[in-house]
Amino acid sequence: MNVSDIVGPLELKVMCPGVQLDAEVKGGYCSDLLSDVMANAEEGDVWITLHTHLNIVAVGMLSKVAAIVITGGRIPEQNVIDRAAQEGLPILCTHLSTFEIAGRLYQMLKQALPDYEEDVPSGPTKSQG
Amino acid sequence: MTRIDLEFTIDALDFVHAGEAASRVKRTLEHVGMEREVVRRASIAAYEAEMNIVIHSVGGTMKVTILPDCVEIVATDRGPGIEDIDLAMQEGYSTAPPHIREMGFGAGMGLPNMKRCADDIRIESAPGRGTTVRVIIRPRHAA
Repeated sequence: MNVSDIVGPLELKVMCPGVQLDAEVKGGYCSDLLSDVMANAEEGDVWITLHTHLNIVAVGMLSKVAAIVITGGRIPEQNVIDRAAQEGLPILCTHLSTFEIAGRLYQMLKQALPDYEEDVPSGPTKSQG
Repeated sequence: MTRIDLEFTIDALDFVHAGEAASRVKRTLEHVGMEREVVRRASIAAYEAEMNIVIHSVGGTMKVTILPDCVEIVATDRGPGIEDIDLAMQEGYSTAPPHIREMGFGAGMGLPNMKRCADDIRIESAPGRGTTVRVIIRPRHAA
């Protein structure tokens, strides 16, 4: 599954028209704390955030995310879009919420990657059933 | 590769260029074929070191030395210094003001992130003087 495959189902607007959308999507990460993204986002993740400022580009590049999805109808300034385009990092905007995007992406990943759930850490055993 | 030295001047509150030094460190490490895990840890450490200078200091430098079996990052700023280093190392503790936090910085994860990525970390600081953070990262098989 590539970035281009999530544009339609996630109702995303491609902000940098010249940028390739062929990076493979391997997972997703939702966070608005930049250090948390640096520490925990993995290569090939789609980073879902509500930030629109310039620094998301550096964080996205350093974390090697496949794309940045900006939620809640927020639109970055042109200089942010230009910087991302320069780096070849897709920025995609949506009117949907972070929760909605994460839910849809999770379902798509589960279908596209049969072993996707292996990455999810197992929680505590349920004490009641 | 024998040895590569990089040096960056980092200005306080320069959010336009913030992250560029760390990005160059990462590209250089990838270029010389450093193993992925080292690139990842060094990129995070360099980014956090750079952002600490941008957010908390009055400006400083970051020097990075790349050797086949070791990456050393030395971030030095000109103040104001850290009052309580143990407290600053605590996850979640931050002195960043609200407008910085609104950008997603200042979560109190910078130094703890650096520590997690480092094989060795040393912090020298005193109020009124500057802060120097020295981080060593080695490939796991050579550690």
